[in-house]
Amino acid sequence: MSIDLTNTNASKIAGGLIRARREAGSPTMGMVLTFIVVADEGSHYDALKAARSVSREHPSRVIGVIRRSARGPANLDAEIRIGDGTSGEQVLLRMSGELAHHPESVVLPLLLPDSPTVIWWPSKPPDNPATDPLGALAQRRITDAAAVDRRRAAAMLKQASNYAPGNTDLSWTRITPWRALLAAALDQYPAKVMSGVVAAERGNPSADLLVAWLTDRLKVDIHRSVSRGPGITDVSLMTGGGQIEIARPDGRLAQFTIPNSPQRPVALNRRDLAELLAEELRRLDPDDVYEDTVKTLCRISDNVPALSERRLAALQREADEAAARVGTPPTDPGPRVQTDDEAEPEAPGQDRTKPQQGAARTKRATATKSAAKKATATKSTAKKSTATRSTARTSTTAKKSSAARKRATSS
Amino acid sequence: MSLTVEETENPLRDPQDRRLPRIAGPCGVVIFGVTGDLSRKKLMPAIYDLANRGLLPPGFSLVGFARRDWADQDFAQIVHDAIKAYARTAFREEVWEQLAKGFRFVPGDFSDDVAFDQLRNTIEELDRERGTAGNHAFYLSIPPRFFPDVIGQLKEHGLAENHPNSWRRVVVEKPFGHDLRSAQELNSIVSEVFPPESVFRIDHYLGKETVQNIMALRFANQLYEPVWNSNYVDHVQITMAEDIGIGGRAGYYDGIGAARDVIQNHLLQLMALIAMEEPVSFEAQSLRIEKQKILRSVRHPDRLDLHTSRGQYAAGWAGGEKVLGFLEEQDIPKTSKTETFAAIKLEIDTRRWAGVPFYLRHGKRLGRRVTEVAVVFKRAPHLPFTQTATEELGQNALVIRVQPDEGVTLRFGSKVPGTAMEIRDVNMDFAYGGAFVESSPEAYERLILDVLLGDPPLFPQHEEVELSWRILDPILDYWAEHGQPEAYPSGTWGPESAHEMLARDGRVWRRP
Repeated sequence: MSIDLTNTNASKIAGGLIRARREAGSPTMGMVLTFIVVADEGSHYDALKAARSVSREHPSRVIGVIRRSARGPANLDAEIRIGDGTSGEQVLLRMSGELAHHPESVVLPLLLPDSPTVIWWPSKPPDNPATDPLGALAQRRITDAAAVDRRRAAAMLKQASNYAPGNTDLSWTRITPWRALLAAALDQYPAKVMSGVVAAERGNPSADLLVAWLTDRLKVDIHRSVSRGPGITDVSLMTGGGQIEIARPDGRLAQFTIPNSPQRPVALNRRDLAELLAEELRRLDPDDVYEDTVKTLCRISDNVPALSERRLAALQREADEAAARVGTPPTDPGPRVQTDDEAEPEAPGQDRTKPQQGAARTKRATATKSAAKKATATKSTAKKSTATRSTARTSTTAKKSSAARKRATSS
Repeated sequence: MSLTVEETENPLRDPQDRRLPRIAGPCGVVIFGVTGDLSRKKLMPAIYDLANRGLLPPGFSLVGFARRDWADQDFAQIVHDAIKAYARTAFREEVWEQLAKGFRFVPGDFSDDVAFDQLRNTIEELDRERGTAGNHAFYLSIPPRFFPDVIGQLKEHGLAENHPNSWRRVVVEKPFGHDLRSAQELNSIVSEVFPPESVFRIDHYLGKETVQNIMALRFANQLYEPVWNSNYVDHVQITMAEDIGIGGRAGYYDGIGAARDVIQNHLLQLMALIAMEEPVSFEAQSLRIEKQKILRSVRHPDRLDLHTSRGQYAAGWAGGEKVLGFLEEQDIPKTSKTETFAAIKLEIDTRRWAGVPFYLRHGKRLGRRVTEVAVVFKRAPHLPFTQTATEELGQNALVIRVQPDEGVTLRFGSKVPGTAMEIRDVNMDFAYGGAFVESSPEAYERLILDVLLGDPPLFPQHEEVELSWRILDPILDYWAEHGQPEAYPSGTWGPESAHEMLARDGRVWRRP
């Protein structure tokens, strides 16, 4: 059942939804949330497809929003779809003219009463999702730093510095299986971790988040090295008794190694969008662990010598040229991650940094820590907003630190 | 308490971090009766699906034990075929690779000492090569008459010993005996070797999402609790209907019958969940205490002849197909007294439920396949409408649909549009997600994972099993003395006596 409306408004669309539902034989209204997808003409097909397949687990009203050129007269077109393999409803809105600046005026009347609202930007997200007019309608805002075309790590850092409760990024969702395996490794081999290394392809925001998460949880220095990918290829944690390592060179099957046990293969594939979204929608309250992680990401990014804008631009140019030569899309060097690695020649196939090297790096990192750094404009705002938020969260922090003390006494 | 200590020990675990799934620790499963239907259609696919969801530990191992002349590869092939045919998640080569290296097969008889020695060696070898760390669950997917043999052998060959840092668990399937005495015998055999916390009795119904949702519905909401008692509830109907016959299970089914097969475990468990008081927590122990209280307070009707019913399906047309009657099924003796339909009325002597009958029914070759719990409410004490206005108004009902079409229905009266005041029943439906079932873990997955994690809330312990037999035994004894079950045409909702049984109380069965 589908209905096309041209040059319409929100109340006609709401009427169309009711009509479509009746004509489809009144399928059950078991919808649990409104899912706004902010897409463009190029990305909306795949994005809405993913959203529809998620709505099988979480029946929802999917509202696709396409903002077209702001020139010309204001116009709103809508496509309503019910049934056809979805268990909820779908509306695709196309806005143009002046209306393109006020999409929230169309979406607000279409939100399901009383149910949660989730918004997802499948491609470039706004710099600050929580203050974005559409983002402000939702209590769960999903961005995807890995989906921006260039400078992904910087995009991640931008999202991290503008964190507000309810924000989340699919780069974070992508590492859940890694985090689960690492936690399982420490369940099996409960030893104090001294340091660690995360190897991943260049400009991989998930790897940066994994570094930040490990740093935050383990309170030790975790280093980032660059590999050829795909995605994250290796995580090693050094303990007194040896090395815990999860190596996944091919993006699907990992080798799991902990001291005193045989090496074992474990499937660790890269999940598709629908699976990632389904995980996101399972919990709609603010993700505290993500918050701690992005705060740590902002903190550790500040501790690394900042590259000047000029140097950054030069690196980007080099990377783009290199990519153009081999015919792959340009990759993004990212701000912090590559600074270490640019200095060190990277041997192909070298997938893990030796512990001694790690120790050497630690020294260097602490040395640079004292040196004052010229922070970029975004970073200083990041710090400011982190500061204001941290006062709001003192109680949580206090709770956490008491937990940390407990850990310390028990071990 | 031990849980919180563990959590603080591992810095990567945080109670706030609810994305992280619980992955079972290093372990393996040994399946006895690996060639059986259950093992191929349910266990192996469930194990694969768990691995596919990343919930099995690296190095997980699966040992098959059966009287077949197979090598490890042959066994792997059987598992491979079973997964391809029955797994619910997509087949992925890397998941298969992760699992396949841990497959072992031990050929032998349950009385064969050599085979059990080999099993022991295999397990020790897996501990060395795969890092299963001595943690193994023995899944007895075999008829109960073999339990003494297998459990005795496990003990004799030192396979059942729990060491301080590792565990051995045993998983048994229904039927847990065929009456109270046999259940007690079975339990004494198992408990001699395994401590109670290491025995996991699988009642796959308890692993179903909708069954667990009963607890959410009842205890997370304010709306239902005030009316969840004899002041408002008229009666409760618990139905599990199958549209199929006994299929090829004549050997198992003859002499067991509908009551032993389903009412003793699934339906009494469902009844306990519907009727129990709020547990102080959702820990296994608290939950068990509440369920046992209900099972203990069950009272039989005074006249079993008037308030129970049993039947056998007769030949006929069911769902557009011509089908055989039970007595004509292959390998069923013509004189079989086994019932394929059973309905019983029970009362629960508690303050909450006094005077509220619980009607339980199960049958094969009924109208359609459905499992549901219907809580039927009393009529409003006064209706300020004319008699004609409310003629079509029935009783309000809250129906928990367990399968298929999982969800909840609320049935209530509403005005028919028009100028006249006329009231008719309507349904308010909550569907538990159309294809939700597809992506959410299947009952066996959930239960196997719980066995590996050592998480017992969903597994009945022997007290519950014995209490259930205490409820059923007098009825079974009465039936055994009173001749042949009544025949009912296939594809209908059971024998006449079942309808009469409710009519005597002035009620009717819901058509589910």
